[in-house]
Amino acid sequence: MKKLAAALLLFCAYAVAEAPQAVAIRNARIVTVSGPAIAKGTVVVRNGLIEAVGDNVPVPADAWVVDGEGLTVYPGLIDALSTVGIPGAAPAAAAGGRGAGRGAAPATPTVTAPAPAAQTEPRAWGPEDRPATTSWLLAADEIQATDHRIETVRSAGVTTAATFPTRGIFAGQGSLVDLISGEKAGEMVLVPSVGQYISLSRGGFGGGGGGGGGGFPSSLMGTIAYIRQIYLDAAHYQLVKDAYAHDPRGMRRPEYDRALEGVLESKRILLPANRLVEIDRMLRFAAELKQPAILYGAREAYRPEAAELLKKGGASVLVSLKWPEPPARTADSEDTDTLRTLETRDKAPAAPAALQKAGVKFALYSDGIDQPRDFQRAVKKALDNGLSREDAVRALTLSPAEIYGVADRLGSIEKGKIANLVVTRGEIFDDRTKVEMIFVDGRKYTPAADTTAPGGRGQTTDNPGGNR
Amino acid sequence: MRRILLGALVALAPLSAATIVIQNGTIMTVSKGTVKGSVVVKDGKIAEVGEKVMMPQGATVIDAAGQYVIPGIIDCHSHIAADGGINEGSVSVSSMVDIRDVLNPEDIAIYRALAGGVTTANILHGSANAIGGCTLPIKMRWGKDAQGLIFEGATPGIKFALGENPKRAGNPQGRGINGQVQVARYPATRMGIDDTIREAFNEAKAYKAEWDEYQAKTARGEHPIPPRKDLKLEALKEVLEGKRYVHAHCYRADEILMLLRVADDYGFKIRTFQHVLEGYKVAKEIAAHGAGGSTFSDWWSYKVEAFDAIPYNAAIMQKYGVVVSLNSDDAELMRHLNSEAGKVMKYGGLSETEALAMVTLNPAKQLGIDNRVGSIEPGKDADLVIYDKFPLSDYAKVQKVLIDGTVYFDRDKEVSGRAAKQAEKQKLIDKEKQNQQRQQPTRRPGQ
Repeated sequence: MKKLAAALLLFCAYAVAEAPQAVAIRNARIVTVSGPAIAKGTVVVRNGLIEAVGDNVPVPADAWVVDGEGLTVYPGLIDALSTVGIPGAAPAAAAGGRGAGRGAAPATPTVTAPAPAAQTEPRAWGPEDRPATTSWLLAADEIQATDHRIETVRSAGVTTAATFPTRGIFAGQGSLVDLISGEKAGEMVLVPSVGQYISLSRGGFGGGGGGGGGGFPSSLMGTIAYIRQIYLDAAHYQLVKDAYAHDPRGMRRPEYDRALEGVLESKRILLPANRLVEIDRMLRFAAELKQPAILYGAREAYRPEAAELLKKGGASVLVSLKWPEPPARTADSEDTDTLRTLETRDKAPAAPAALQKAGVKFALYSDGIDQPRDFQRAVKKALDNGLSREDAVRALTLSPAEIYGVADRLGSIEKGKIANLVVTRGEIFDDRTKVEMIFVDGRKYTPAADTTAPGGRGQTTDNPGGNR
Repeated sequence: MRRILLGALVALAPLSAATIVIQNGTIMTVSKGTVKGSVVVKDGKIAEVGEKVMMPQGATVIDAAGQYVIPGIIDCHSHIAADGGINEGSVSVSSMVDIRDVLNPEDIAIYRALAGGVTTANILHGSANAIGGCTLPIKMRWGKDAQGLIFEGATPGIKFALGENPKRAGNPQGRGINGQVQVARYPATRMGIDDTIREAFNEAKAYKAEWDEYQAKTARGEHPIPPRKDLKLEALKEVLEGKRYVHAHCYRADEILMLLRVADDYGFKIRTFQHVLEGYKVAKEIAAHGAGGSTFSDWWSYKVEAFDAIPYNAAIMQKYGVVVSLNSDDAELMRHLNSEAGKVMKYGGLSETEALAMVTLNPAKQLGIDNRVGSIEPGKDADLVIYDKFPLSDYAKVQKVLIDGTVYFDRDKEVSGRAAKQAEKQKLIDKEKQNQQRQQPTRRPGQ
């Protein structure tokens, strides 16, 4: 034990400067996700990739050795929808609706960067003005490697995030990034564009909400009409551009439209859907737009009709880990919620289990929960509501990798894949489990000290230190 | 456990039987007088009505002894069952938006309307702009999904609005329709509204010409690039082609005449004037155009343009040949349109049947769905309401409501099911309270 500690210490000191050529974690339990778990085995990491994994893998002579006795190795967790690294971003908002989680730490951007362009846009008078649209924005271009949230979320075992610009109706294209800190942002990027983030509320825009003075669109049906018009325009734009490219003579050149360019570049769209009604609406909408879609939110996915619709619709689903909480009310308040609202608050954490049972492709996402302790508790709540640990791990590793089309390089512990690993003492997502180390691109990190204020079990981050 | 769950499902599902006979009731058919007898419902349609009917084998019998049966009530002006705002008020022409996109089948107002005997409602966009959004009639099929609400095959509509509402959003100092400060929006006057509508149809005509030309070229075997599809103009093109009904919010006689002139100039029809509180002043002109009038029974003076109203409006318009309906424009009023209808017997001396028609057959005609609903006739949809008392009375209570031959509201079941629902709710409240207490940080003594 003493020897291990010494080895670790030495290793840590080294890791700050540069990752070693190779690392071998031996005698550890390995949850590969893609195959059966290995009760006692070795993972070899070299040049940022997994060189070998198995129960009978020799430790290379040049490798630093981590004695994995009593440790479990999981693939690095993937946060399927995040805003980590995006300057000035609010935590990815769920699909509207009531009862935002209490556990959400407010977004605290490290750098005051220029606000997204759309924030100061003039009043829009119709779809032609491309309101609340920055579809061309690429998260990969916006990422700031210095964002301190990178370290915070990584401490929960999250090695990879699909991070998105989230302001606006067409907010922009998300990127899949590895959470290495302090490096050049370009080094973090796995896939520069994984999809277009669409939101149906105008939160964060001039006027906001109901749209008083905020211009078009000011209603949900206005937003939907706008999105529909954009896709009609994009199809027409493509048609005219192709015709022009074919033979420009005698033809007026098509006017360059960056909003449409951004939409055409996007491989898939992320649509918000929390309630059953919204899930139904968005599935139909995605089919109408003929766009591969991912629905995010999924609060009412616990309802059998919802899981059935999702299965039938074939869409992928991102379930928010920010479970609905009762609204803050005074003790003598006589406000009551409807039976449906109460039921949703009670059953929302059962959504992942329901989706699993129905055979729907789903992943979990942090929805702005940055603190490792809150993240771990949120996942635990899904476990308490019927999701197996195995399925929870999959929903945070291989499933999001499949949803974003990167399962060939990420999401499981397999030879040749990117060396993103979480090493825990105890089973992941358990109350007492400690994340011992995290490997991102083969670089080893130790979790930061929990920034949650001490206050015993149940303390939430929105009131650190209590009311003293 | 499984069996219990299954039982619960059966209890929740609306009672749907292939054949139902409602017998011993007073049947107010609206179109064919009132008879004491039975209604036979087969496969969602009315099969037979009369004093004596052939009793089909295996029919479910509903005994309506001492009770009244009327056609399902139709509300020609409602704003329920829509998510995320009823107005796209940012622009003066918002015909690109469609209520169809935001239907919310879980709006409790649907169930409450059902409990008030309403089976069909025209869900309209708000009146914030001269040309509002696209609209459509729905049936109150509580429990179905959004698509399941839509009145299949009905001609869709579009909302227009005249007068104070669409122009006040244009006042730079003023407040918008939702009480929010709006950036100045043209128009700020009634003449501006006239101009806005005309400009929109100028655009729509040019747009239509563009598409007509494209189609002509395609028909000749050419391969032109199609014009850009513009959702705003697409809806107005449908109005010009008679494929979309115009439902125009209005109050004053002068603005009603203004819109009739615009419609004549551009060659389209106004299907209904909504509110139309001064309709009695220009009833002849409305009738000549072939437009309907959908008004309130006795509600006025809530704003200047509503000062000149009289409770005889509905009766007078009808006398001049206008098809008149009474609407709610409100989720609460919607629940007692039967007694609203009763008021035209006092104000205007209309008969019981004429009064009842104003919330059944007349709105069906206005919405172009009278071949399907609005009266109790063989072949029509079995949308029926059973009242315990004379249905135009304030004291009448809805007992059962059928839509397409399916019972969607049953007063006995509703009342008897309340305790269980309340208990379920209380259980969840208690559970939540317990969880909250458990989550609270433990206080040390003395703190």
